Amino acid sequence: MGFKRYSAFAVAREAMNYHLGWERAWGSPAPKKKYDVVIVGAGGHGLASAYYLGKNYGITNVAIIEKGWLGGGNTGRNTTIIRSNYLQDPSAAIYEKARSLYETMSQDLNYNVMFSPRGLLMLGQTEHEVRGYKRTVYANNLQGVATEWISPQRVKELVPIINIDGPRYPILGALYQARGGTARHDAVAWGYARACSQMGMDVIQQCEVTGVRTEGGKVVGIDTSKGAIDCDKLGMVVAGHSSVLAEMAGFRLPIESLALQALVSEPIKPCMDVVVMANTVHGYMSQSDKGEMVIGGGTDGFNNYTQRGSFHHIEETVRALVETFPMISRLKNLRQWGGIVDMTGDRSPLISKTPVDGIFVNCGWGTGGFKAIPGSGWAMAELMARGSSPLAEEFSMYRFREGKFIDESVAAGVAH
Amino acid sequence: MLILECPCCGVKADETELQAGGEAHLKRYGPGSTDEEFDGYMFSRKNPKGVHFERWRHAYGCGKWFLAARCTATLEVFGTYPAQTSAPPADLQAKIKQKRPNWEGYK
Repeated sequence: MGFKRYSAFAVAREAMNYHLGWERAWGSPAPKKKYDVVIVGAGGHGLASAYYLGKNYGITNVAIIEKGWLGGGNTGRNTTIIRSNYLQDPSAAIYEKARSLYETMSQDLNYNVMFSPRGLLMLGQTEHEVRGYKRTVYANNLQGVATEWISPQRVKELVPIINIDGPRYPILGALYQARGGTARHDAVAWGYARACSQMGMDVIQQCEVTGVRTEGGKVVGIDTSKGAIDCDKLGMVVAGHSSVLAEMAGFRLPIESLALQALVSEPIKPCMDVVVMANTVHGYMSQSDKGEMVIGGGTDGFNNYTQRGSFHHIEETVRALVETFPMISRLKNLRQWGGIVDMTGDRSPLISKTPVDGIFVNCGWGTGGFKAIPGSGWAMAELMARGSSPLAEEFSMYRFREGKFIDESVAAGVAH
Repeated sequence: MLILECPCCGVKADETELQAGGEAHLKRYGPGSTDEEFDGYMFSRKNPKGVHFERWRHAYGCGKWFLAARCTATLEVFGTYPAQTSAPPADLQAKIKQKRPNWEGYK
């Protein structure tokens, strides 16, 4: 299919033509018998992996298989926050790579992903947190990630609606990343899908993987609800269901699936033009372009695949945020939803080879995958095309056995 | 809301009263074991979509640990039993098999 470039001129041209000339953004082909690479999971990470396989390595005989609909999993369920203020070097490298790719993503994909580097604050509300974040600032400065520690007065200037006086947890300062922000999460998936489709890749939706076929310890193909598909390399990028797919291939991952939930309020006039994360009281909030306050909270403590949350977590999150932002106390909650996230022991992802030759995993992003999408795809594509990637090297699934954790559960608190 | 009956004190406790403790019946490996065994015990988890056996603690009740059989796809609870066991009780397994004929059984 032919693709027209999106531009202001194109909008004007189509307006003259009653907007009848727009073609579909991506195709929906039937699966072929064989591909060089099959990526399972057409969310942000899967599509980005496929995109960079094509763009950076010229591998375009690729299918991206999706059980549900494009970007219908965690890509469409997150709170769209983008930041790279991580403590450990490998994390800072991959998240900063991702953040920098977000800066130019709309131009690269010719698709407006509405990246908004509006600035991001992580509040320090206890002495321990202050020390922890100052340490992160020093680490970030060495890593080349632009963050700074700011005073409570500066926090109040940036976020006039905040209550810095407590009573229980006064704001003692904040870790500020001026180029952090948000993007339109669906558009990221749609933009990548369109770009993949343009390169001749097949995005196949409503196609569930039912089995993984291996011969002599090497992957040869997959069975799906739309028939068998052969492949030389298989990428599993199915956050939430990584263990289920790994089980089909006959190995186990250091992952547990938990439910994470978020909610949005009714839309209100612009009142907060930065992202605020309060990890001690456990809530984070930003305002969407539609005016809704987008609020994220914590995960349930137990294994769960139900994509719904528990009421007491909402109560906990909202209670914390009402203390920090008193003016939101009378806002109505518009909707609430849950997504299933992969949790690893050290709260860092896996971008890794697996015990089965030809199978690669990109998973375990826990509660913070959206911000990493382009960097994760970049590293996964390099790993799949070349067999190794400097960005992914430390994120091997074998790091647990070797004791080489990338311990972000301490560095990042809980919220992502 | 998830409700589990504590086999130690008999209270039907909701999830705010309980603390999840992860996969049950892990075989512990320590000094003298291979790296693979220790890695498996320490980090690899079953994480099934369906029938799962877990450790729970009645944290804001009697404070005791117990075990529960639960479906992670529907949140249905099949039953709870004391922690002093190395495999799920046979009658509980039979009950699960009755409700979930496709369940492969405890491995």
